[in-house]
Amino acid sequence: MRQSNTYILLFTAALTIVVGGLLSLASQGLAPAQKISVELDTKTQILSSVMDRNELAKLKKDEVLNLYKARIQSLVVDINGEEVLKNAKGNPMIAEEVDISKNYKKTPEERVYPVFKYMDEKDPTQVDAYILPLYGAGLWDKIWGYVALKSDLNTIAGTSFDHKSETPGLGARIASSEVQNRFVGKHIYDDAGNLVSVTMVKGEGHTGLTDHEVDGMSGATITGRGLTDMLENYLSYYQSYFKKVNSGSVANL
Amino acid sequence: MSTETLEKPKEAVKLPVEELFSKRRKKLITDPLGEDNPITVQVLGICSALAITIKMEPTLIMSIAVVFVVVFSNLIISLMRNIIPSRVRIIVQLAVVATLVTLVSEVLKAYSYEMYKVLGAFVGLIITNCIVMGRLEAFAMGNKPYDSILDGLGSGFGYAWIILVVAFFRELFGSGSIFDIKIYDWIANNLGFHIQTNGLMVDSIGAFMILGIIIWIQRSKSGYVEN
Repeated sequence: MRQSNTYILLFTAALTIVVGGLLSLASQGLAPAQKISVELDTKTQILSSVMDRNELAKLKKDEVLNLYKARIQSLVVDINGEEVLKNAKGNPMIAEEVDISKNYKKTPEERVYPVFKYMDEKDPTQVDAYILPLYGAGLWDKIWGYVALKSDLNTIAGTSFDHKSETPGLGARIASSEVQNRFVGKHIYDDAGNLVSVTMVKGEGHTGLTDHEVDGMSGATITGRGLTDMLENYLSYYQSYFKKVNSGSVANL
Repeated sequence: MSTETLEKPKEAVKLPVEELFSKRRKKLITDPLGEDNPITVQVLGICSALAITIKMEPTLIMSIAVVFVVVFSNLIISLMRNIIPSRVRIIVQLAVVATLVTLVSEVLKAYSYEMYKVLGAFVGLIITNCIVMGRLEAFAMGNKPYDSILDGLGSGFGYAWIILVVAFFRELFGSGSIFDIKIYDWIANNLGFHIQTNGLMVDSIGAFMILGIIIWIQRSKSGYVEN
């Protein structure tokens, strides 16, 4: 009986239903917790570009979320620096939910660009730093992160990078605060006001770097180049927005 | 991935009432820890042993996940062993393992997103971990549930302790830390000499070397030789 085709069909059908049901139950049941996890992860990354990562790691879940709520105001702009209020489905646009990697597949003109404003602790109408997402290619796979610019939109206040599968010990060092802190205080514009971004040089242990260069990572030249490109590309996409902010034409941007 | 043939189910000795931890049952647990270790002797599950042992913390999570999957899939398959049609048994085993692995992955994503990002694909790859399928086919299909649980525990911990030892040395030599506690920095600050970390250890080659040394030590002690 156990070998008959009918039995096998019935058995596998029953198994499929039980297993399928179990998995969809688990998926439904865990969805809210997963959503919070992803949200917390995004918000921690955004905050870590302006805050000490170790300090941030000490905070509890709620504290991070509360801090984010208190200090970050977000909006989404297009390539021309105009605020985008609705997403493709017509729902209100939420900066935290913009998927940068999906956007990356579109042309730069069609993408939307989130801006996270880190507000002053005492005066919540003053912007301390503008945090912008970045996305690009490393040596093996994608790399991404955030760069925070001070309110002059020129000085880098901090960065936070992450990667999918850069070489451990070499390119993977972009995720360490040691490498990320090298960008702090560098400027993205030259004296004439042209965007030059910040370049990660080849090799490590350089002295006498200019205002637009950071020390490289030994053995990870291509990851460093990816970092440089990613930074330059994304800073260039936000140029119209920066101009609007600087001219003060739109108060709430 | 190893393709070696699976061992025959062990003959269960029929006793009127067997003790909870009889000698035979103890052996089910202790054998895979030492002389019948899935990694060092059967050379199963090497792929993940190389991939996730760069640091202790993800290795620990991976160990727990593998123990969980192998124990529960052993139990479930053992409970169903008399109703599974033998012609589709591999597919049934696969379905059970895949379900458990997906559950682990979903739970990790919900409650330990950091680890989910680090382990990512490797948790999913427990499905293809030869140890799990190997135990189901070789043991759970022919033994009672309680014995199968013990067998799963043995194999799971046999896998776990080896990868934890590998991860210990790889993290210590490769990153100069244990569970992200910076040992090398502490030595440099307190004892005054600086040790260079070894980049080879963060590569898969490092795992091969340490695994090789463990196998060497074990075999020179047990006198085991390949036939």
